[in-house]
Amino acid sequence: MTTHFTFHHALIKLNKMVLKMSAMAEDRVRKAATIIKTRDLELIQSLTNSDYEIDEMEMEVEEECLKILALHQPVASDLRFIIMVIKVNSEIERIADLAVNVAMRMQAILKSPHRVPTPYDYSGMAEKVITMLKMSIDAMTNRDVRLARQVFVLDDEVDAMRLDAYLKVKDMIRKYPEHPGQLINSYLIARHLERIGDRATNIAEEVIYLVEGEIVRCQ
Amino acid sequence: MMVPACHPIATTHFQTANRGISTMFMKLTSGPAGSTRQSTMEGTGFADSRQQEAGAVAQRQTVGESFVADPRMTARDVAVYYGDKCAIRSISIDVGCNEVLAMIGPSGCGKSTFLRCLNRMNDTVPGCRVTGEIRLDGEDIYAPSVDVVPLRARVGMVFQKPNPFPKSIFDNVAYGPKIHGLTRTKAELEEIVETSLSKAGLWEEVKDRLQEPGTGLSGGQQQRLCIARAIAVSPEVILMDEPCSALDPIATARIEDLIAELRLQYSIVIVTHAMQQASRVSQRTAYFHLGDLIEVGPTERVFTNPRHRLTEDYITGRFG
Repeated sequence: MTTHFTFHHALIKLNKMVLKMSAMAEDRVRKAATIIKTRDLELIQSLTNSDYEIDEMEMEVEEECLKILALHQPVASDLRFIIMVIKVNSEIERIADLAVNVAMRMQAILKSPHRVPTPYDYSGMAEKVITMLKMSIDAMTNRDVRLARQVFVLDDEVDAMRLDAYLKVKDMIRKYPEHPGQLINSYLIARHLERIGDRATNIAEEVIYLVEGEIVRCQ
Repeated sequence: MMVPACHPIATTHFQTANRGISTMFMKLTSGPAGSTRQSTMEGTGFADSRQQEAGAVAQRQTVGESFVADPRMTARDVAVYYGDKCAIRSISIDVGCNEVLAMIGPSGCGKSTFLRCLNRMNDTVPGCRVTGEIRLDGEDIYAPSVDVVPLRARVGMVFQKPNPFPKSIFDNVAYGPKIHGLTRTKAELEEIVETSLSKAGLWEEVKDRLQEPGTGLSGGQQQRLCIARAIAVSPEVILMDEPCSALDPIATARIEDLIAELRLQYSIVIVTHAMQQASRVSQRTAYFHLGDLIEVGPTERVFTNPRHRLTEDYITGRFG
């Protein structure tokens, strides 16, 4: 069989890198969910301190993509794969950042001298977001368009949860107008989780582009 | 347009890679529970491209858009035989006005054979038989009444290997216009020669030695001379059989610019092994495989999202 070994091995290596990075980001989102539940300060510290790992990996993946584009000029499915990786790479890096943001919001809430009741239980929302991310990564791993499309449905549910959190936080601000900072931080957790869901949806869209060659956007 | 799940390409994506040393199975820890995510994808995840003999005929139906609204040339059910051997089978395709049609495919797939049918160059090959119908502006070019000499002026050709006449550079270009009676004065002839050589990117290099033999030029220059020679008789269609294979990147870029310029007046059919060239210069691309026309479509689509698995495998280098 005629194959361009250098080129195809470069693609295999890139595929490994992006899957490894995806798994790392998923792990960070799980840790963020644990932080919401346990309020573990050590875990917050560990999560914020390790963010550089994903940032470095993002650069490596981007460099690898540019190298492949410059040296091999891929076409067809290979081109779509590289385009997908470039876009997914950035989504994954942002997801990891958002996980850190969640941790930092929790840290701010924990450090606040004031105590107001927690306006919203984020555990369900966090679980749903983790499910979305896992589905997106699985869809990317297995080139599973059907699974990718299921992510779109969950995105609507997460958006509804974010709106629910917003309304609850608004009520709480009315009740406890002297502690807006803490409540705003609480709402921002919902916002960060929702954005993770959005970015998981973007990954699913890229999977559809890779497999079908169609540019789709979840409405 | 969506690619249906049963489409060969879609099917390819879901096949399991099974390619010896390059098959990569990846296990990634996913989450604290330690669940595993296993990827059977190889590289991009696209699967083994070995062609299955069963169903091969069905695979080789032409997919895509073979026909255009304003054809300059039409080919219908064209087959070529060398003796008993069938070189190309039932090719039906249009060459549009003012378009560059690129024909790609592995060596021996029949693309040059088909190209040579378009101006009856195969007439010169002993034992070669062409069936089907090819029309230029609606006129059957294989009709007994057709004179191949004016036909080959209307459908000019540039070959893979440069083949200048054993004459001066000037006469190489002037020969066609002279025998076809395109000029009345020496000045007109000189103007055609200069214009043609300029368009072929050769004028600056040869303007001071027009009377030297064409065969004394370098290989790249000879090829450009042949392009100038084809242009000189103002053809309707120009057939190019790997015209840039002997040229350096700068001369290649000049020829590609020239092709883009010529397209405004003529139709061009180019056979090339350089797929980047096909993607740069053509509006439509046709992929040939073992004597069959596999896929025709807009170049942009063929190179980003081909519809046939054989096209995909060839342009991504997985063909085997």
